[in-house]
Amino acid sequence: MGTQRQMRLMSPTGHLGFTPIERGSFEIGLRQRPDAIVADSGSCDIGPYPLGSDQAHSPREWQMHDIDLIVRGARELGVPAIIGSASDTGTDRGVDDYVAMVQEVVERERLGPVRVAAIYSEIDPELLRGLLRDGVEIPGLNGRPPLSEEILDRTDHIVAVMGTEPIIDALNAGAEIVITGRASDSAIFAALPLRAGYPKALAYCLGKLLECASFCAEPYMGKETVIGTITDEDLVLEPMHPGQRCTPASVAGHAMYERIDPFSETVPGGVLDLRAIRYEAIDERRTRVTGARFIDAPRYTIKLEGAGKVGERALAIMGIRDPITLSYLDEVIAFARQKVEARFGPPGQPGGYELFYHVFGRNGVMGYLEPTPAVAAHEVGVVVEAVAPTRAMADEIAAMGSRNMFYARLPVVKGTAGGASFFSDEVLAARPGYEWTVAHVLPVEDPRALFRTRLLTVGG
Amino acid sequence: MTETSGTTMKLRDLATTIRSKNAGVDHITFDIIFREPRYYEAAKRSEALTPQRIADLYRIPVTDIVSFVAFDPAQAIKFTIRRRRPSGSPGEPDVFGSQMYPPLFDIEIPVEDAG
Repeated sequence: MGTQRQMRLMSPTGHLGFTPIERGSFEIGLRQRPDAIVADSGSCDIGPYPLGSDQAHSPREWQMHDIDLIVRGARELGVPAIIGSASDTGTDRGVDDYVAMVQEVVERERLGPVRVAAIYSEIDPELLRGLLRDGVEIPGLNGRPPLSEEILDRTDHIVAVMGTEPIIDALNAGAEIVITGRASDSAIFAALPLRAGYPKALAYCLGKLLECASFCAEPYMGKETVIGTITDEDLVLEPMHPGQRCTPASVAGHAMYERIDPFSETVPGGVLDLRAIRYEAIDERRTRVTGARFIDAPRYTIKLEGAGKVGERALAIMGIRDPITLSYLDEVIAFARQKVEARFGPPGQPGGYELFYHVFGRNGVMGYLEPTPAVAAHEVGVVVEAVAPTRAMADEIAAMGSRNMFYARLPVVKGTAGGASFFSDEVLAARPGYEWTVAHVLPVEDPRALFRTRLLTVGG
Repeated sequence: MTETSGTTMKLRDLATTIRSKNAGVDHITFDIIFREPRYYEAAKRSEALTPQRIADLYRIPVTDIVSFVAFDPAQAIKFTIRRRRPSGSPGEPDVFGSQMYPPLFDIEIPVEDAG
C-alpha cells in the first residue's frame, strides 16, 4: 500500500471568482505539494442573464484574485493548473478574459514563459440550425421538447459542455495552464488522473467530490481548500482548513448535492454509478471512498446550455401597512392589473408584456410553492416586476402597476390619501430578463468536435 | 392524524440538515439528512414523508415531483420538484432555489418511544 502510486489534486474553490478564495487553507494546501490545482468557475445557479448577455457574473477583481493565487501557486510548485468554465458561463469572451488575466499575472510576476491552452466551447446557434435542417434530433433534458428553430430564435448564446478529451489533448500538447470554456465540473478534475491511467470511475468520482472544494467537509465553510488523492484503488479527501473535517457523512452528503439522482451522475461519455459507493473514516479529518463504477454511454452526447433575452425589465418597490388594505391585497393587485390591461391589453401575449407582484410577507420568497400564503405580519413589501419589449414600456408598466396600488378603490378603506407607501416613488431600471432556453443533448461522433483549442506562450 | 402508539417528532428535530437547492435549471432538489440512524429509519418508514404528502404540502401535482429516494450512504431522504419556469426567469422568486425547504420543518414523524 505504501508504495502505491498516487496523484493529489488541490481544489481551492467551488466557483472561482464568486467570492474570493480563502488564503489560509490555500497556502496550507500548497505546502502539501499537490500534483495540480484545479478550479471550476462555472455555474448555472446564477441564472440565465450572464450567459444570455455574455457578461461576467463575478467582479473582475475577485476573478483576478483567485487566478493570481492559482497561477502563482501552480508555477511555484511547477504543476499544471486547470480552470474550468471560465468567467461563470464558459463563453468565448470568458475564456479570453481569463487568458488575459493569466497573462497579466505571469508577466507581472515574471513567471514565464508559460504554455497556456484556451479551449473554446461556445456554439454558433446557426450550426445547430443547420443540424436541425439536416434532420438531426437534439433531445431536450428534464422533459423539455427537442431543440427547434423556434427555440434557437429565442436564444442569444449557447455553450457546449466539454468532457475530458479536449483537456487531455491540451495537456499532451504541453499546456501548463488550461483555461476552458464550459466544461463538466467533474471532467476538469478527471482529466489529469485519466491521462495518467487511473480508473475512470475513481477519476470522475474524485471530480464530483472535489468540484465544490470545502463543501465536502464539515462544518460548513465556503472557499476553503481541499486536497483529494487518487490511487488505483481508492480516493482520500482531506480539508486544508484546520477547523474542517472530511467525514463519511460530510462527503456522502456532498455527493448528492445539487443533483436529482444520488445513485448516479451523468458525465460526458458515460454515467458514474454510485450505488455501491463506500465512505470510511481514515481518521478524524480524512475519508476514504471506494466502490464507484463507470458505465460508458452507448453513444457520446454533449450537453448544450443556452439562454435568450425575454425583454426589458423594470421594478418598483412599495409597502402596505393598512390592515384593511392588507386584508384586500388580492383585490388591490387585481385593480392595478386592470389598469395596466386597460392600456396594454392582457399580459403574456406574443411580443407583449409580463407583470409580476412579489409580495414579501406573504409568498415573496417561495411564490406558488408557499403553503401558507396568508399575511401574518403587520406590513408587507411588494416588488412590482415588469417585463416588456422596450425599456419605456417596461418603465410605464412598472409605474402603472405600482401607482395603482396606491389608488386602489376599495369599498371599506379608511385611509383616503393613498393605500400603499412607496419606498421611493421611482421605477428602478433592472437588468433585462433572460430565460434558460436550451438544456439539450447533442449526440456526437467525436467528443472533440465542438471544441476549439488555442495554444499560446505567455511571458516568454 | 396517525394511529401510532408512539409519539411524533417534528422533522426539524430529527434531521441535522434540511436544505433545498437547484439541480440544474429546471429542478429544485431537497435533502433531508439524519445523523441518528433510528431517526433516519423512522423518517424512511413514515407515511408522513411520501411524494403525495410533499405534493399536498407544496400544493403541486404529484407528477411535479420527479424523484423521491432514500439514500442510505448519507442517511438522507431526497426529492426533486420540477420548476414551472426555469430558474431566473422573470417572475421566478428564488434563483438558487435555496429557500424552499422551511415548510418541511414541521412535518410530524412518528418515532418509537425513547427506550
